[in-house]
This record gives sequence, C-alpha cells and structure tokens, in this order.
Amino acid sequence: MSNKILVYIEQRNGQVKKSSLEAAKVGSNMALKLAGSVEALAIGNSIEGLEDLGKYGVSKVTHLKNKELANYSSSAYSSLIAKFINENIFNIAVFSASALGKDLAPYVSVKIDAGLAMDCVALNFENEEIIATRPVYAGKALVDLKINSAKKVYALRPNVFNPGTLTDAKAEINVIEIDPPNLNVKVTDLKKSEGKLDVAEADIIVSGGRGMKGPEHFHLVEELASTLGGAVGASRAVVDAGWRPHSEQVGQTGKTVSPNLYVALGISGAIQHLAGMRSSKYIVAVNKDKDAPIFQIADYGIVGDIFEIVPSMIEEIKKIK
Amino acid sequence: MKIAVCVSHVPDTAAKINIGSDGKNIDANGVTFVVNPYDEFAIEEALKTKEKLGGETVAISLGGDANKETLRKALAMGIDNAVLLKDESYRDSLSVARALAEEIKAQGAELVFCGKQSVDHDNSIVGQLTAELLGYNCISVAVSFSFDGSKINCEREIEGGKEIVETTLPAVITTQKGLNEPRYASLKGIMSAKKKEIIEKLPVAANNYIEVRSMKKPMGKQAGKILGSDATVVPELIRLLREEAKVI
Ligand SMILES: Cc1cc2nc3c(=O)[nH]c(=O)nc-3n(C[C@H](O)[C@H](O)[C@H](O)COP(=O)(O)OP(=O)(O)OC[C@H]3O[C@@H](n4cnc5c(N)ncnc54)[C@H](O)[C@@H]3O)c2cc1C
Ligand SMILES: Nc1ncnc2c1ncn2[C@@H]1O[C@H](COP(=O)(O)O)[C@@H](O)[C@H]1O
Repeated sequence: MSNKILVYIEQRNGQVKKSSLEAAKVGSNMALKLAGSVEALAIGNSIEGLEDLGKYGVSKVTHLKNKELANYSSSAYSSLIAKFINENIFNIAVFSASALGKDLAPYVSVKIDAGLAMDCVALNFENEEIIATRPVYAGKALVDLKINSAKKVYALRPNVFNPGTLTDAKAEINVIEIDPPNLNVKVTDLKKSEGKLDVAEADIIVSGGRGMKGPEHFHLVEELASTLGGAVGASRAVVDAGWRPHSEQVGQTGKTVSPNLYVALGISGAIQHLAGMRSSKYIVAVNKDKDAPIFQIADYGIVGDIFEIVPSMIEEIKKIK
Repeated sequence: MKIAVCVSHVPDTAAKINIGSDGKNIDANGVTFVVNPYDEFAIEEALKTKEKLGGETVAISLGGDANKETLRKALAMGIDNAVLLKDESYRDSLSVARALAEEIKAQGAELVFCGKQSVDHDNSIVGQLTAELLGYNCISVAVSFSFDGSKINCEREIEGGKEIVETTLPAVITTQKGLNEPRYASLKGIMSAKKKEIIEKLPVAANNYIEVRSMKKPMGKQAGKILGSDATVVPELIRLLREEAKVI
C-alpha cells in the first residue's frame, strides 16, 4: 500500500501557526522516505499564508471554510478532519502537539481508528516503518515506539523539528465552502495574557526563581527578556508564592519548553524544573551557589549575584542590538 | 447526577528514573508512587460539583493492586465509591481509555473529570480518547469550570492565553493546575476510607496499537563552563552567545 500523508495545519486569527509549518516539513519528508504522497488540510474562515506551505514541500492544500469555524470547535474540527481522512483514504496524519493539536489529535485518532503517538521529538525510518521517540517522566527518559494499527497519527512537539532549507514553491489551495458543522463544543471567546509572548512558543526564555527575592524585582527578568526578544518564565516556587502567573511556570507541572536559549536567574535547578527545560539548546545560569544543580546542565554559568549580573547583561546586549 | 473521576497512580515527581532490566519500563524499585498530581484537581472538582448540585461520585483507576492506594486517597478526600479495573499488563492509552469508557458507561456517569496528563508517560490524551469513545463532549486542560445544571463553561489554557469554551452534558473535563486547590483528607475521611470497599473488576480486553520498543535515558547534557563570579565576565558571556552558540 502506498502511504498517503495528511498534515493538519492550524490557524489562529486566520494566520498559519509556525509549529504547523514544522509539521508540514516533517510530512513532506515522510512522503520522501516512505515513497508516499503528502497533502495538507486547514480549517477556518479566511486563512492567510497557506500558499507558503509549498516552501515546506506540501504542494496541495485543502481549506474547509465556514464563518462558524473561525474559532476552534473540537467537535466540528475533529469530525471534519476524520471525514476528510476517511473519504480520501489517508493512512498517516501529522499534527503539531500544540495546545490545539493535543486536544484535537486524540478525537481524530478514535474517529479513524488509529494509534496516536503524542508529543514526538524525533521520527526515524526503519525499513519503511516509522519509529517515533517521545519523552516520558517529564523528559527523564525517552521511549521509542511503533504504531501497529493500519492508520497512524503523529503529533510533533513544537520547536523541535527544524524545517531546514526551504524551496520557493507555492502550494495550490482548494477552498471548499462547507455547511455549518456540529458545534457541541465551541470556543466562544479568547483571553490573551496581556499581549505577552508565551514560554511555550518563545525561542528565548528568561526565567526567574526564588533568588529574585520578590515580585518587585521581576522587572529585571522582564527587561532582560524583552531586550533579547524572549518570554518570561518562572520556577514553581515563585508561582506558588504568587509572584508570577501559572502560565509562566516551567517544569514538570508547568510547561515543557525547548527554546534556543534558556536563561535561569536565581533558580536552583530542582529535578522538576530541569524536567521542563533540559532540552533547551543553550542554557545560561546565574546563581550565587556554585553547587546549585542548574550548573550541571548549563552551557554557560556565572556564580554570582543576579542583582549585579543581570543589569550588566541588559546593558551589554543593548550595545549589540 | 453521577460524577466519575479517573485517577492514575504514578511515580512521585521527585523520583529518579532508572531503566528496568527489560529495557522498556522503569525500574520501580525504591520508587514512591502517588496519586497523579493533576488528578487531585479532578477529584477536587468532582467533590465541589457534588457539593453544589448533589449526586454521587466514583473514582476509577486501571492498574494493579498498588493503585488501591490512590483510590483510598480519593475516598479519603470524600469520593463516595472506588473501582479498580485490575490489570497489571501493559496497555496503551487507547486501550486504557476503552476500559475507562466501558466502566463509565456501566456507572451511568454523565460528567467525568480526568487529569490533563499522567506524569508517567505524559501522554495527555486519555481523557479526550475516553470522551470520544463514549461520544461525550470534552474540554481539555481546564483552568476554570462552571456548570449550572445545563451549560458547562470552562477556560482552557492555550499558548499565550485562555480559550473560553462552552458545552453541555455528557462531558469529560481534563483538569489543569489553577482550576482549584485540592483539599486535604480529614482524619475522619482517612478513617472511613480505610473501611470502604474498593470494587475490583476485570477491564474489557483491548488491542494495543502502540508498541514500546525501548526506553532510554536522554543524552546527558554536559555541564558547561563557569565563566566567573562577577559582572566582568558578562561581555564574554554575550560574545559566546553570539559567536559560539549563535543564539542572540
Ligand atoms: C509535585 C511537584 C511538582 C513540581 N513541579 C515543578 C515545576 O513544574 N517547576 C518548578 O520549577 N518546580 C517544580 N517543583 C518544585 C521544585 O521541587 C522546587 O521547589 C522549585 O523548582 C524551586 O524553585 P527555585 O529554584 O526558584 O527556588 P530555590 O530552590 O529556593 O532556589 C533559589 C536559588 O536562587 C539562588 N539565589 C538566591 N539569591 C540569589 C542571588 N542574589 N543571586 C543569585 N542567585 C541567588 C539560590 O542559590 C538558589 O539556588 C515541583 C515540586 C513538586 C513536589
Ligand atoms: N490507568 C489509568 N486509570 C485511570 N485513569 C487514568 C489512567 N491513565 C490515565 N488516566 C486518566 O487520564 C488522564 C490523562 O492521562 P494520560 O493521557 O496518560 O497523560 C490522567 O490524568 C487520568 O485522569
């Protein structure tokens, strides 16, 4: 049987998400490796940027359109995707393991009777088969797994699959107006966290821990983050103390992140914190305790006082920006 | 109204993880197991909902005898009944969900709370799979929940904000930190939980679609350089980030 791969493309506010572009590239790579074909599917009202999928190796995109679908509805989206997969006989579906993908992929997998590998960080190909790697126990271990059902669904951890070189091809878009769908579960509104970049999506994260001494000092963390164009993160100790919102918590019971650069300020590096950020590409730690466990995984460390080091970091970075 | 809570029994988050001799599972020797932290929010929300609207609560766990400890904890917190779907063998998430769905149906529960994620394999899918198998509505990663007897309203955490989601019964809600503050079990609760019967059942058999080939430790990140101990090393740090790491 030849493999037919479908990549689900997520949009928010009519814009294609970056993690979906990563998924598109993985899908087109899969098609090459497995001698199959790849297409993409997007759902929404008006969506911009779908033709760019061509650059990521996906030349055919279907856009299911209805004004009721501008906002996410798990019931409507999952039914539409499953129907599209079944009617067009796809046997592999690729999602991003974003907030939406984590919600949506499981419903679709049941509807099409497929095994689901959630939050994959690597896909390897062995004799026409896909071996997926995913972190378990908050990244303290990894498992390699194989899906044995006829249909297979993979959801990819954002920010891990680097798309690499792009072409300048344009995708062909087929827009299909559809009837109003089943809106049993429906997003009625969106609350933005004060226009800030979220740790889950940032390339650079600057996190503060209890060493910051109090919420009044977090302006240092914020300023360093904004100078670097990054997001603010926090340890659980400071979230529990009410200094920072839970949405900023990094770690086993917070968010798992893998940015290019993670800066830990006054964070000891408890096992639950490390679990959430150890896959960051580069880690910088500033801590006055030379034995703090964070130094065991930091690429660059400064054993010093944050209140001295951080202002100097901000100043030096401003010089080069 | 019957309310079900699905609870899993997992290694303590502080546990050091070593790979077992089969190369596919952890070595459970010396590892402390606890109720999955996210499931405590699920238990609390079930109790609060019952206090508000009345009804009966049941906790369901699939696994070995050890899971009884987690079920006892749920009972001690105030859950009315507990069911152990006894199966020690490996089950993938979908086959766990099939068994849970079957039991939820048998219980006639219309409202189900699950944790958003089990901190063992971190799949974060069992709640959604169970809902889909039952044909129930589902809202995952809820940080707020309100139910007036007909409409359910939740806030669900997403990147950079929250979605306000609306649905109706029957429904599965998966719970995230921030939803509530789980209560402590009272002494009286602990005592009466000891006396309660945990009903044991055999879960429905189901095929595994997922085959774990191997488990391994991640490549240890090497400790890097300590550059110094005061602000004089900051220019060197910035140079390394620019020229060596190329991240800024
Ligand atoms: C079930 C469970 C789940 C958990 N989940 C998470 C999680 O998701 N995320 C998480 O982060 N934690 C989690 N924890 C908590 C974790 O165990 C630690 O308690 C927490 O990470 C500690 O936060 P911290 O590093 O900010 O504080 P501390 O451990 O108190 O460290 C503060 C550090 O600041 C340094 N410092 C102090 N002053 C200065 C200064 N002036 N200059 C430089 N350095 C200074 C100190 O040397 C110290 O190393 C969890 C715990 C449990 C039990
Ligand atoms: N073996 C199990 N028994 C009962 N509930 C479970 C089991 N495994 C998972 N769950 C529920 O499903 C949620 C998500 O689990 P998971 O998809 O494994 O991360 C958990 O928080 C539990 O509420």
